[in-house]
Parts: sequence; structure tokens; C-alpha cells
Amino acid sequence: MSEHQHQESHVIEYGNYIFIWLGLLAFTGITVTVSGINLGNWTIVIALFIACIKSWYVLNYFMHMKYEEMVFKIFILTALFTFFIFLGFTFWDYSFAR
Amino acid sequence: MSSTDHAAAVHQVHRDDYGSRLGMWLFLFTELILFGGLFIVYAVYRFMHQQEFHLAAQELNTTIGLINTIALLTSSMTAAMSITAMQKGNLRFSKGLIWVTIGFAFVFMVNKYFEWSAKIHHGIFPGSKDLLAKPDGEILYFGLYYVMTGLHTFHVIVGVIFFLFILRQIKQGKITSDRYVRLENSALYWHLVDLIWIFLFPLFYLIH
Repeated sequence: MSEHQHQESHVIEYGNYIFIWLGLLAFTGITVTVSGINLGNWTIVIALFIACIKSWYVLNYFMHMKYEEMVFKIFILTALFTFFIFLGFTFWDYSFAR
Repeated sequence: MSSTDHAAAVHQVHRDDYGSRLGMWLFLFTELILFGGLFIVYAVYRFMHQQEFHLAAQELNTTIGLINTIALLTSSMTAAMSITAMQKGNLRFSKGLIWVTIGFAFVFMVNKYFEWSAKIHHGIFPGSKDLLAKPDGEILYFGLYYVMTGLHTFHVIVGVIFFLFILRQIKQGKITSDRYVRLENSALYWHLVDLIWIFLFPLFYLIH
């Protein structure tokens, strides 16, 4: 157990957080700007893509996932996989039901 | 083994920061499924009523949504920084950053209050005559808007309560520079609130 305790004490400097925060603000700016351009169905695809990039940064740096052990990463992938099964099957159902 | 050694050993065994964080993540996955279910409902109804969702979204104020996005992103940063300050043993700075986080949470809630008040003032709220006179797609959009942003704001309130609890524990000396997993877990919860908003913002405010 003491091994775990040593591994967790990874200190992320304030400057790194500010850097990530600026990146997140920039992506927010891009997503607002793009939403003003009429790109049809691509608008939602781009908006969700940018939201995923932002989430990736929040998960890895703010939530320290980058510095956690493999088991945390397996957990999160399992949770996301489960969610995408729900999403996928719901849409599969809808595309055949009509 | 003397009794003090034994006490120290027991103390070690009962402390499992790694397990605490893992438990917190497991809880966050249940939150993912909770909000995920609502996102799926949203996706299906938006797919079925695309034009009406577009029309209904015009009613929302993008500026308020944007201010709230910035407030949550910034508060997420200050929450993460409070852990760094704690690790460095700078308790005062850590507490200050938690207060800043709480401050941004209030900015978010005050904004939300004005936003909802304006909607309700215009007769757009679940079950209102004005709303029920609109097409199905718009009723569904506003129903989801109230449920999803409402549930999200409830999480903001819970996050504030967590942080107030943390501040109290820092004051009591229960959270220190080498024992801060509760602060980490509260911050994790706060980041989840931020993550959900990262998706709510484009899906409700940016359909044009």
C-alpha cells in the first residue's frame, strides 16, 4: 500500500494547469465560432468532436488520469464502452423500427 | 512490537488513498450512466425533431451559456490547483483556491437563476399553456433542457457542499499536505460537473 501512496504524490505545477485552461478556453471559442457557420449536419459532429477533445484534457490533466495506474484507465474505458453500447443499440433500434 | 508500533501499523492499513480514489471513480461512472441515459434520450428526440430543436434553441441566450462555460472551466482549474497547493503544504493558498472555486459555482448558479427566470417569465416552463401550444419537438427540447440543466445545477450545489465540508476539515486539521484524498475526490466530482457541462453547452445552446 505504501507503494501506491508514493506513486500518487505526483505534483502538477500551477503553470501547467493555466496552460490547459487556456487551451480549453480556446476550444470553447472555436466551438462557438463554428456554430455560427452553417455547415448543416457537420455542425453537431464538429461540436461533439471539440467537446471530446476538451473532455480528454479535463480527464487527463485536471482529473490526473494521465498519472493514474492502468486499472483506472481500464475502468474508464469499460464505462465508456458500456455507454456507447447503450447509445449504439438505441440508434440501431430506431433505424430499423421505422 | 510495542503498542505504539501496532497503532501505527493499524493506522497505515486503514488508510487507502488509492482505494478511495478508485471508489470515487466508480461512483463517477454511475453519474456517467445517469447523464448518459439523458443524453441518449436527447439524441433520439433531436434525431426525430431536428427542425423543432433548432427553432427552440434560438430561445436560449448563448452569451449566458458561454459565461457559464468559462466559469466552470476556470473553477475546474482552481479546484485542481488547490490540490497542488495542498501537496506543497500551502494550506492558505489551497483554501483560497477552494473559495474561488465556490465563487465561480455561485456565478454559475446566479446566471442559471436569471436564465430560468427569463424563460419562466416568457411562459416557457414544463406544463405551461404557452409551451404546450408549441409543436412536440419544442416541448421535448424544453423538457430536456429543464431536466438536464436542472440535474446538472443540482450537482453544482452538491459540489459546493462538498467543498465547504473540505474547508471545514482543513481547518480541523483532518486534511493536511500528506493526507488530502478527500480534497482530491471532491475535486474529481467537481471536474465531472465541468465535463457534463462541456457537452450540455453545445447541445443546448449552439444549435444554429
